[in-house]
Amino acid sequence: MKKLVILGAGTAGTMMLNKLHNVLDKNEWQITIVDQHETHYYQPGFLFIPFNIYTCKDVIKPKRDFFPTGVNVINSEIDKIEPKENRVLLKDGQVVGYDQLIIATGAKIKPEETEGLKEELWYKSIFDFYTVEGACALRDFFKNWEGGKLVINITEMPIKCPVAPLEFSFLADWFFTEKGIRDKVDIQFVTPLPGAFTQPKASAILGDFLEKKNIKLKTEFGIARVDAENKKIVSWEEEEIPFDCLVTIPTNMGDDAIERSGMGNEFNFIPTDKQTLKALEYENIFVIGDATDLPSSKAGSVAHFQADILLENFLSVVEGREPNEKFDGHANCFIESGFGKGILIDFNYDTEPLPGKFPLPGVGPFSLLEETKMNHYGKIMFRWMYWNFLIKGLELPIESQMSMAGKRA
Amino acid sequence: METVELVGKQFELDDDGHLKNQSDWNEEVAKEFAKLEGIEELNDRHWIVINFMRKVYQEKGDAPSIRRLTKESGVDTKELYALFPKGPAKKAAKIAGLPKPKGCI
Ligand SMILES: Cc1cc2nc3c(=O)[nH]c(=O)nc-3n(C[C@H](O)[C@H](O)[C@H](O)COP(=O)(O)OP(=O)(O)OC[C@H]3O[C@@H](n4cnc5c(N)ncnc54)[C@H](O)[C@@H]3O)c2cc1C
Repeated sequence: MKKLVILGAGTAGTMMLNKLHNVLDKNEWQITIVDQHETHYYQPGFLFIPFNIYTCKDVIKPKRDFFPTGVNVINSEIDKIEPKENRVLLKDGQVVGYDQLIIATGAKIKPEETEGLKEELWYKSIFDFYTVEGACALRDFFKNWEGGKLVINITEMPIKCPVAPLEFSFLADWFFTEKGIRDKVDIQFVTPLPGAFTQPKASAILGDFLEKKNIKLKTEFGIARVDAENKKIVSWEEEEIPFDCLVTIPTNMGDDAIERSGMGNEFNFIPTDKQTLKALEYENIFVIGDATDLPSSKAGSVAHFQADILLENFLSVVEGREPNEKFDGHANCFIESGFGKGILIDFNYDTEPLPGKFPLPGVGPFSLLEETKMNHYGKIMFRWMYWNFLIKGLELPIESQMSMAGKRA
Repeated sequence: METVELVGKQFELDDDGHLKNQSDWNEEVAKEFAKLEGIEELNDRHWIVINFMRKVYQEKGDAPSIRRLTKESGVDTKELYALFPKGPAKKAAKIAGLPKPKGCI
C-alpha cells in the first residue's frame, strides 16, 4: 500500500481529502489526515460575529462530519516534517511515514511579532477578528461601547483574505449607524499599503467607498509598536495614531511546525511552484492554500481553485507523468460593504480586479467592483456553499481558471 | 508606454512606474530614481539594501519583503524606514531597478 498523508484539515486539506478519496484506488492508497483540532472553523464567518450577524454556532462544525469513511484520521499537533526521511513527527509521539505528502497547515495570526500588541490592552481595548476568540471578545466589547476612536490596522502584508479589514470597516459603519451612535464613532483605516487595497484599479474604487462612508484612510503606515499607556499606535517613522478601540490584523504567518522543519521562508510559508503547486525543493510534496508562498490571495476561494489543479497534478505525478495543470492565481472575493450590499472582485496573477459583470450560470450575473444587493447574497450563499459543497470537494459552478468574459479592461 | 528621462536618456517604465528593462539599470540610474523618490543621496547603508535586493531577486525572481530585509540584509526595520521612508521594500526595489515585490497581495 502506498501512503498519502495530508497535514491540516482546514479548508484546503479537507477539500483535497475528499477529492482524492473519490478517485484514488482504495486497494492501492492509504490516506491519512492530521490536525490538532476537532472543530472546523468557517473563518470567513468570523468577520460577522462582532456585529451580531453570525453567532459562534454559525461558524463551527465537527471536522469528522467532513471526513469520508476509510480514512485514517489523527488528532494531534504536528511537531515537524522530516522531508529527507519522508516522515512526519507528531507531538503525541507517533511517527507517520509517507510516499506523498500534501501540506495544508494554513496561516495564523502572530500578534507577538509586534511590540506591545498582545499585552495589557489585549481583549480589553485591542482586538483581532481573525480568531473566534477575538471576534467574540470584540462582540462583547461593542455591546456596551459608547463610541470613540475606532482604528483598524493592518500590521504587514501578506494577510489572509486581504479584503476582510475593509469589510470590517464597512460593517462597522453600518453597525454604528443602526445603533444610532455613528456620529460618536470615528473610524480610521490604517494600512502599510499605498492605497485601500493591493491593486491599483480596485484600490481606487474601494478608496472611494471608504470616503463615501466617512471612513478615514491612512496609508503607508508601518506599525512598530503599541504605546499602551497613551493608547496610540506608533509607526517606524514615529508617527502616532491614538485609539480608543484598536482592531488589529496582526502579522500572518505559517505554522511554527513549518519553521521547526526548516521548510519555510521568513513568514514560515513554504516555497511552492506557483503553477503546479509542488513544493519547490521536494519531489513528493505538494502545498495548498494559505501555507504556500504564492503571490495569490490567501483565501478559501483560491484554495478551491488550487484544489482542482492539485488533483490533476497529483494524479499525473503518481502515475509518473509531468504535472501539466497550471494554476493562474485565480481569486474571487465577495466584499461585504454594509447595509445589505456587497462588492465582487475577480482576478488572477496577471489581471488585476476589473469592473464589469461576472457571469455565473443559473445564479449570476454579479456586478464587479460595484455595490449591489446581489453581491451581498453571493457572500451569504458562500457559507452555505462552503459547508455543503466546497470542503466536501464537490464541484462549484465557477471555473478554476479566470475568464475575461464580462470584464471591462 | 510610460517613459522617464534620466541622465539625458529615455527609460521605459512598467505599470507600477518601475524600470521595465533591468538591463537599463546602473548605479547612476539608481541615484536618479532615488531623487525621484525624494532621497537626495545614496549612502553606504542604502547600497547594502539595494545590493541585497538585487541579489535576492537574481536568486528568487522576486524582491524580498521588509521582514526578509530585516532578517538578512544587516539593516533593521527602523533603519530601513529611515533610509527609504514610507514603503522600504517597494521604494528600494524601484531604486534597485526591480519590479514591485509580488509578495504583498
Ligand atoms: C476573518 C477572515 C475572513 C475571511 N474571509 C474569507 C472570504 O470571505 N472568502 C474566502 O474565500 N476566504 C476568506 N478567508 C480566508 C480563508 O478562511 C482561508 O484562506 C482558508 O481557510 C485557508 O484554508 P487552509 O486550509 O489553507 O488553512 P486553514 O483552513 O486555516 O487550515 C489549516 C489547518 O491546519 C491545522 N494545523 C496547522 N498547524 C498544525 C499543526 N502544527 N499540527 C496540527 N494541525 C495543524 C489547523 O488546525 C487547521 O485546521 C477569511 C479568513 C479570515 C480569518
